[in-house]
Order: sequence, then C-alpha cells, then structure tokens
Amino acid sequence: MELVSFDWWLFCMRWLHILCGVMWIGHLWYFNFTQTPTVPKIPTELRPAVTKFILPEALFWFRWGAMGTIIFGLILAWMNGYLGSAIKLGIGDHSAHNTTIGLGMWLGTIMWFNVWFIIWPNQKKNIGLVQATPDEVRKAARLAGLTSRVNTLLSIPMLYCMAGVHFY
Amino acid sequence: MKNPLDSLNQTIGLGVVLTIVVILLIHAIA
Repeated sequence: MELVSFDWWLFCMRWLHILCGVMWIGHLWYFNFTQTPTVPKIPTELRPAVTKFILPEALFWFRWGAMGTIIFGLILAWMNGYLGSAIKLGIGDHSAHNTTIGLGMWLGTIMWFNVWFIIWPNQKKNIGLVQATPDEVRKAARLAGLTSRVNTLLSIPMLYCMAGVHFY
Repeated sequence: MKNPLDSLNQTIGLGVVLTIVVILLIHAIA
C-alpha cells in the first residue's frame, strides 16, 4: 500500500477517530466507573486533590477527545461516501450498513452535544472557572453528573453500532 | 422514586436494553 493512497488516508482518519474516541470514552468511563463512586469515600480535606487538580485535567482531555472524535468521524464517513445516507439513517437506501452507522453517528453526536453544551458549561461552575453561588454549584454538579450518566448509557448502543457495523 | 441514573448498574442495564432497541430498529428500518 503506497503511503499517499486514498486507502491510506482512509485508514489514517479511522485511526485518528479511534484514538480520539478512546481518549473520550476512556475518560467518560473513568468519571462514571471510578471517580464519581469513589469521591464520596475520600476524607473531605483530601477531596480538593481530585476536584482542583485531577478533574480539570481530565475534563480537558475528555472534551477535546470528543471534539476530535466527531471531526475525524465525519471526515471518515464523508470519505467512505455514506455521510448523507447515514445522516438520514439509510432510510430509502435499503442499506442496513448505513442505518447502523447512522444510528451510531446520531448517538455519538448527541453525546458530543451533551459534553460541550451541558457537561462542560456546568463543570466550569463546579471547578470554579465560572463564578457561582454554592447552590448553583450544587445544581450544576448534579446536572453535569446526570448528563455524564446519560452518555455512559448511550455509549453502550453507540459502540454496538460503531464496532458491529460490519455485520450489516 | 430514585433516579435509575444514580445507580451505575441500572445505567448499564438501561444501556443494554437500549442496545436491543437499536438492534430491533436497524431491522425495522433496513
């Protein structure tokens, strides 16, 4: 395979899409499987180590992982020639492949929206980047946490569609 | 009633249920 062939670029986009996706979903699952259940068990005086140091750094890689995943994913779908068909879930095209990847893409897009427009704005209040009253911080943390759980839920069928598309 | 999203196990359970719905949807659409 020559270095500059179309197939190589196609693979390159898939590789970058997967790298960013692991960065994103890895952090999502870290938050939901490790951090959220463990923080309440940490003595109060030690919790700022998580909320002031680990959380801001993890949120950086989390949200930019999400951004890279959707950008490289859209380029990949466009290069594969099924972007338009997948957006309309393959309806009218009699393509189970495009229906499957389209459902995965829509689930991923909802998750990306949740990251950038619900989780991150609310986490900014939680980590002190945006001024807020203690009551606002409590509400913001709750909303960010629940939305993160929704994304964990959606990640299961999303990954079925992404990884299982070749069965269709 | 407690929010099922407060439980990690129930979140995963709902994720599996939604996956089955997605599989049925693929077969219904395509």
